[in-house]
Amino acid sequence: MSRQDRWLLPEGIEEVLPIEAQQLETLRRRLLDLFRTWGYELVIPPLVEYLESLLTGTGNDLDLQTFKITDQLTGRLMGVRADMTPQVARIDAHRLKRTTPVRLCYLGTVLHTMSDGLARSRNPLQVGAELYGHAGIESDLEVLCLMLETLAATGVQDVHLDLGHVGIYRGLVREAGLDSEQEKTLFDALQRKAHTDIEESLAKFALTKTYRQRFAQLADLNGGAEALEEGRRVLHGASAETMNALEDLCSLAQAVRRRLPHTPLHFDLAELRGYRYHTGAVFAAYVPGQGQAVAQGGRYDDIGAVFGRARPATGFSADLKTLAGLTTAPAAAHVGGIFAPCADDAALDAQIRKLRAEGECVVCALPGQTGGAREMGCERVLELRQGVWTVVKREDR
Amino acid sequence: MTSNTLTIALSKGRLFKEALPLLAHAGIIPKDDPDTSRKLILDTNQADVKLVIIRAADVPTYVEYGAADIGVAGKDVLMEHGGDGLYEPLDLKIARCRMMVAGRPAAADHARRLRIATKYVDITRRYYAAQGVQVEIIKLYGSMELAPLVGLADRIVDLVDTGNTLKANGLQALEHIADISARLIVNKAAMKMKHVQIKKLIALLSAAVAGNK
Repeated sequence: MSRQDRWLLPEGIEEVLPIEAQQLETLRRRLLDLFRTWGYELVIPPLVEYLESLLTGTGNDLDLQTFKITDQLTGRLMGVRADMTPQVARIDAHRLKRTTPVRLCYLGTVLHTMSDGLARSRNPLQVGAELYGHAGIESDLEVLCLMLETLAATGVQDVHLDLGHVGIYRGLVREAGLDSEQEKTLFDALQRKAHTDIEESLAKFALTKTYRQRFAQLADLNGGAEALEEGRRVLHGASAETMNALEDLCSLAQAVRRRLPHTPLHFDLAELRGYRYHTGAVFAAYVPGQGQAVAQGGRYDDIGAVFGRARPATGFSADLKTLAGLTTAPAAAHVGGIFAPCADDAALDAQIRKLRAEGECVVCALPGQTGGAREMGCERVLELRQGVWTVVKREDR
Repeated sequence: MTSNTLTIALSKGRLFKEALPLLAHAGIIPKDDPDTSRKLILDTNQADVKLVIIRAADVPTYVEYGAADIGVAGKDVLMEHGGDGLYEPLDLKIARCRMMVAGRPAAADHARRLRIATKYVDITRRYYAAQGVQVEIIKLYGSMELAPLVGLADRIVDLVDTGNTLKANGLQALEHIADISARLIVNKAAMKMKHVQIKKLIALLSAAVAGNK
């Protein structure tokens, strides 16, 4: 590194400067307050922990996304969290051990080895909420509504909701008896809805025509409510696992429509985001102008099993920085700051203390400093008027 | 990507020419010709459909990030890009060719590592890894056929259409990696938010492709 690029941050690692940081913090508080009113308790998991506990049941993707360091004390490998959900699941399964439903929320920096998304960020600020201990669509609905409420609190408008269920594909794979290699090939093609590739791989598998048709048509089962009807028709006669998953999705869709009649819904029976990890309904929020989902979630039952307790679980998460970028609210900078002179005066000190106690921002001048009230971004100043320290509007000369 | 317009990303040249009749079948006719116009965004006869003209290798990037809703990209570009972030629902069966390994016919197998010159670094790496062969890859941007002639590489991995360029340079296609054709690609978010518009377009294009046979 030469002298000239010492300021350079690693690729995809960014810092947040005053005005945006203030916005981000305001949003952070608003969201945590929102979660509290829904009964979600805040937890603060550690930045690093042993790799085994960080990567349980999450598949290969998260492993690749996780930075690893050696713990000098034990020689064991630690990971810097790339996703906080497994940590929160561990807290529920192993630390809290409650038998009642548990609602937890969290907010913190995660680190990714590879940047994803248009922002190319490798250090998103993950915010999310998880609900443990209930296996029905009611908890899915609650988390989904909280996700939309989160977006509403952020000021995001015109949200489109996408609903899917990974159990549909999983059931079809199990029924057809695909081995893991075949499943991987098909998964890869299905994720891209690449008809040619799907048919190509299906032709290589020894499958009956019924199975082949179901897989081939799965890629087209998306769209409005008609996609669910079409799904019922196309998948008719499939295993109970597949049909139950589809019925689950239909009931969730009905419940969502009742609760949120004005939110545009889209269904995708082949949505496989987080397939290795999710076990049930999956959902994501999209906003016009954004080429990727702005918040996502779904059911991931039994992730706690490795920590000694299998629990149903559902939740959602988003990147706070992405959310903050979607808000149209104007940036409120140092507005209304009060510039106080530098003086050894008890009355001035008392007045400053009083103003600060009232929530005002008071900036004290330092002897010999450059710039006055205007340069310091203050619109008002403290002046001695008839022996009393008074707040007056700044006069620009 | 605004809420009502549909933006379609295309690249100039063969792909554009062969895609035009398909688009016309779907009722989309550009108002300008990209070969004569300097415009990068072309209006069409449909007020809510626009075309953007970009480099072929950039099409997946534009579509993945939603700068365009839909695109037409060669399978070669998609394989190299790693198309996980995109939907590619339709094989347009245009701009067809093959991705091949080519080299001098007589060249004996080397005991040392093969050097492969290519524009498609990822595809080449994956192909040889699947064969269990370790190779050195040399990234070149064009005139691949020259590399074996001047001793820069033992083999090349490139698109082969007629095979005439290979023949003219005393090379021969040795191994077939994949059949290549242009695919319709769709941004994942657009597919979910504009599904009515997009599914209609896919159906029309699909009928056009079937009619082309």
